[in-house]
Amino acid sequence: MTVLTQVLNGLQLGSIYALVALGYTMVYGIILLLNFAHGDIIMAGAYISWIVMAQLGLGPVLAIVLSVAGCTLLGVLIDKVAYAPLREAPRLSILITAIGVSYFLENGAQLVFGADAKVVPSYVDVGNVQIGAAQLSTVALITVVVTVVSTAVLTFLVQRTKLGKAMRAVSEDMGAARLMGINVNSTISFTFAMGSALAGIGAVLYSMAYTQASPTMGIMLGTKAFVAAVLGGIGSIPGAVIGGLLVGFAEVFVSAIGLSTWKDAVVFMLLIIVLVVRPTGILGRTMSEKV
Amino acid sequence: MAQILSVKDLHVSYGAIKAVRGISFDINEGEIVSLIGANGAGKSTTLDTIAGLNRPEGGSISFKGEDIVGTRPHKIVERGLALCPEGRRVFTQMSVGENLAMGGYTRTDEENREQVERVYARFPRLKERVAQSAGTLSGGEQQMLAMGRALMSRPDLLMLDEPSMGLAPILVEEIFDIIKELNEQGTTILLVEQNASMALSIARRGYVLETGTISKTGTGAELLHDDDVRKAYLGG
Repeated sequence: MTVLTQVLNGLQLGSIYALVALGYTMVYGIILLLNFAHGDIIMAGAYISWIVMAQLGLGPVLAIVLSVAGCTLLGVLIDKVAYAPLREAPRLSILITAIGVSYFLENGAQLVFGADAKVVPSYVDVGNVQIGAAQLSTVALITVVVTVVSTAVLTFLVQRTKLGKAMRAVSEDMGAARLMGINVNSTISFTFAMGSALAGIGAVLYSMAYTQASPTMGIMLGTKAFVAAVLGGIGSIPGAVIGGLLVGFAEVFVSAIGLSTWKDAVVFMLLIIVLVVRPTGILGRTMSEKV
Repeated sequence: MAQILSVKDLHVSYGAIKAVRGISFDINEGEIVSLIGANGAGKSTTLDTIAGLNRPEGGSISFKGEDIVGTRPHKIVERGLALCPEGRRVFTQMSVGENLAMGGYTRTDEENREQVERVYARFPRLKERVAQSAGTLSGGEQQMLAMGRALMSRPDLLMLDEPSMGLAPILVEEIFDIIKELNEQGTTILLVEQNASMALSIARRGYVLETGTISKTGTGAELLHDDDVRKAYLGG
């Protein structure tokens, strides 16, 4: 395989990690919660696509729309049902709840759909694009473009819109944000909605590449994306993208030189090294307590 | 004169600690009223509770004739009551302009375009630093930003918690001059201060808070010349 193909593979995998990492980092940024159920939202998205296309026989456009909408709703619902009642509780309680939600979703999916993987039909005619001497996969190109566009839209929302500014205000000082007249609860719901919508997009792109839905598919994907968010600096939006790409490239590179059994170990080693050298991650804010 | 705020028999606790034990006071439209008292007397707790950040254990708070106990903080802001909190609490990662925009969150863009010009007219330094992040401002500038931000919601009653804290004497005078001007232009003000002499000298009326209860009340001038108050809060 050519270098260009490998680079594109790295970009493709890194893009998916980046989209998922964005959800982790946004939720952490606003309520300091590591939402361990985030990876399982992707699993739900993959199953929705499978239901729409394989079970109901409907088209891919509807599958994409329903997957993204379903993930968005699920994310908001999880916050309302499981996390919102614990807003004033110690942080450990809500963290343990997140792990509980994760198990609930995984086992719930296994109960409903069974433990074996389902095949998600292809959304598009998978083919290759000839650029010079290189054969580039269409799915990989779509993944990269969709990720760039999604990240740009997200950055615009957070930086320029009233709701995005409210999100940043809540993430810096929830009490002061309340005094501004910001409805903190709905701002948090909006953050979960955006993060989960990105997970929904990630679910579609992941299912395009790997064409499978299984109850436990969110675990490793979620963990890798979590690593990406921490690598980049948890709470930082550009950090999540950089972290995602780094993890993606690391995996593809390690596999390309023939050490594919080592790819997970390399990702976690990368995390350890970055945390030793720069504990707040690549773009993380330095931890200084305000007085 | 019409009453704008009336607090009756307010009780607030943090867990087992009773911070406010049955205080009552009221504010008429157009007044500056100062709450003075030592650290831990319950001054900030009282303001936070009026703003809806704490839930009182007992008592009533009525604003413009309506009970606001249990109303969520953002709804209280919409009704025209703003709190400029202790320690300023500007959004340090956001620009000066964005901080002001957050202050006008409950207002329309149109209203905010008008109001921000009034805030800039009063605090010209904020206009010079509109794109700068609030964390890079000096303490005095941050206080001005915090006040300007609170004014963006066009409050009928503005509560100021320790606006002079940590500022150089010359800046303290400037801040108090601004508070007087704001009041002259029609904003009713509830002021909490440890700098009791300044707070009482601009106030029409004052209340002295001691360990969660009101120990004295009178006009600003009366309290300034009260022997007990002089001994306890004005350095003799």
